[in-house]
Amino acid sequence: MLGSGIIKGLAVTAKNFVGSYYDPARMTTVEYPEQPTVLPENYRNFPFLVSENATDPMGTLRCVACQICEKECPPQCIIIEKSKDKKPDANGKMQLYPAVFGIDTSVCMSCQICVEVCPFDAIKMDKVFEIAATDRFLDLYLNREQLAKPNTYYHQIHPEEAAEVDGRLTADRKAAEEKAKATAAAKAAAPVAAPKPADSAVAPKPASPAVKPQDEPRRLVSPKPGEGGSPLGEGGPAKSS
Amino acid sequence: MSTSQVSGFNTQVSAPGPFGGPAGPTVRAVHDQFHGDLLEVSMGPQHPSTHGVFRMVVTLDGEQIVKLKPVFGYLHRNHEKIAENTSYLGSMPYTDRLDYLCSMSTNWAYALAVEKLDGQPVPDRAQYLRIIMAELTRLLNHSCLVGFLFNDLGTSFTPLLYAFREREKILDLFESLSGSRMMCNYQRFGGCRVDPSPEWLEAARRLAENYPRFLDEYEAMLTGNEIMLARTQGIGRLNSTHAINAGLTGPVLRASGVDYDVRKIDGYGVYPRFDFRVPLGAHGDTYDRYMMRILEMRESVKILSQAFRDLPAGPIMDPKAKLRGFRPKAGEAYGRIESPKGELGFYLISDGSPNPYRYRVRPPSLINLTLLEEMCLGHTVADAVVILGSIDIVLGEVDR
Ligand code: SF4
Ligand code: SF4
Repeated sequence: MLGSGIIKGLAVTAKNFVGSYYDPARMTTVEYPEQPTVLPENYRNFPFLVSENATDPMGTLRCVACQICEKECPPQCIIIEKSKDKKPDANGKMQLYPAVFGIDTSVCMSCQICVEVCPFDAIKMDKVFEIAATDRFLDLYLNREQLAKPNTYYHQIHPEEAAEVDGRLTADRKAAEEKAKATAAAKAAAPVAAPKPADSAVAPKPASPAVKPQDEPRRLVSPKPGEGGSPLGEGGPAKSS
Repeated sequence: MSTSQVSGFNTQVSAPGPFGGPAGPTVRAVHDQFHGDLLEVSMGPQHPSTHGVFRMVVTLDGEQIVKLKPVFGYLHRNHEKIAENTSYLGSMPYTDRLDYLCSMSTNWAYALAVEKLDGQPVPDRAQYLRIIMAELTRLLNHSCLVGFLFNDLGTSFTPLLYAFREREKILDLFESLSGSRMMCNYQRFGGCRVDPSPEWLEAARRLAENYPRFLDEYEAMLTGNEIMLARTQGIGRLNSTHAINAGLTGPVLRASGVDYDVRKIDGYGVYPRFDFRVPLGAHGDTYDRYMMRILEMRESVKILSQAFRDLPAGPIMDPKAKLRGFRPKAGEAYGRIESPKGELGFYLISDGSPNPYRYRVRPPSLINLTLLEEMCLGHTVADAVVILGSIDIVLGEVDR
């Protein structure tokens, strides 16, 4: 019968209309600003730099300014300048750090290549997406200070991935420590051995403040290099420069 | 003018072959016959029915199309030249932006070409995951297409939103796996980037299982609809000879009855292990092209259920695969897959440096578009919109 196809189609539409009131499979919209959606763990938006310690983000950046990400970034939106001096990283090894680290997020295409190529787990993907701004150059170009976020934040947004990364880093650190100990043992008789234990003593410490960075906010006000427990106790000269 | 005159003009114009095209004299003859004015209208580039920034310069006699010139290039981003100056890995996220509806399959095509170039093996699990992603992408792309097709027919938004509702479920899966809904950047040379969790696989399996319910509902709503039949059957006919000569591929070619599917012919990946059929059309009109999509989705569901059943355990990345500083040996390779739109190929020449010496994309959308005039001649503007919709183009890929 002519028209029966149309009537059948209208029946489907009616079913959907009624279903949109009670059937979860047909209720698909959310009232966005009032009702935030849950982002999946793997969600990625723009990169950020991981720092070990929230109280001293600039001093504890994992990034060693190796510039691999700058070279690999397809749209070339990362700008890095190496520092002139070195400071010790979490393993106590003297490393360069980025004097300038900027990402132009208006160019960044959220591809995650920088994260994949970074050998130091220093750059990770953020989840913040409400970043509308009025100025393309001032607001969307993120510098080192804006990019640095503590490891605890990384744990918050990507729990599984961060746990895996931390496990790997701790293992690396342990290996480095043992190596340092071995070298120290080898040179046990020599007077050079003195700084070595100090080096390895520093290594395990960053983990503890990184877990609860809010505990000691005053540390930032009185940064005494010699004070025990500071993850960068020996980093005095680097900090003052 | 009488109707007989109009039909007389019809045969006169659509008679010349596709490649000679209706040349000046034919238009002249029509002009002389009717003493009327031909009107040249520019449809697009900003026109909702052109699916992006695409322009058709149509010459109209009354409401009938006597000449149609597709104009593209508005979305040109110099993809190929950029890729020649970027590392092999760096081009991968750019391929997402070619066919932005089907980033998973575009990734695969590029990865396939590079793997061929370098002789890079891919572990079994990754091969199955790639098929799962590609077939989910096919579901996603074809649902969008049938939705948009009805939008072009004038059924304002209802079918489109039903289709988008299903598409969104697949995009949610992609997002939770790869981190991004549409720019997945998932494939790597020698494997895939993330291993899906068992929960993800279970959710995807359930989605594929439930998909036929959506298809049934969609077909009940529209396939038998008399208006739809009147608007699509016999409209935009394309015979198989023309389609083959112009190098058309994908559902548009198969709607004309040519059995050509790269999945069967090339057997790339592990497709030969799968049992599925390739639907073929008989008339090559808009209706057949629509049905081709629906039938292909049903086959995709079959492939998916087999893939979830047989998915082996194991690594998803070849241990020898290199991410950074990747330099394939010198040579050339052409990797092609059956993307939802047709044969998508990447042609690479390597001179042993970290960048390709030549990088070329064979986009199915662009090549399928070349016979648009042939399909549209003698039809009205409203039909041209539907015919364009049934070819299924995406301008990111056409213009590159
Ligand atoms: S973020 Fe990583 S890759 Fe980039 S410069 Fe720092 S350490 Fe190197
Ligand atoms: S996400 Fe991609 S585009 Fe953005 S900074 Fe990293 S490599 Fe560059």
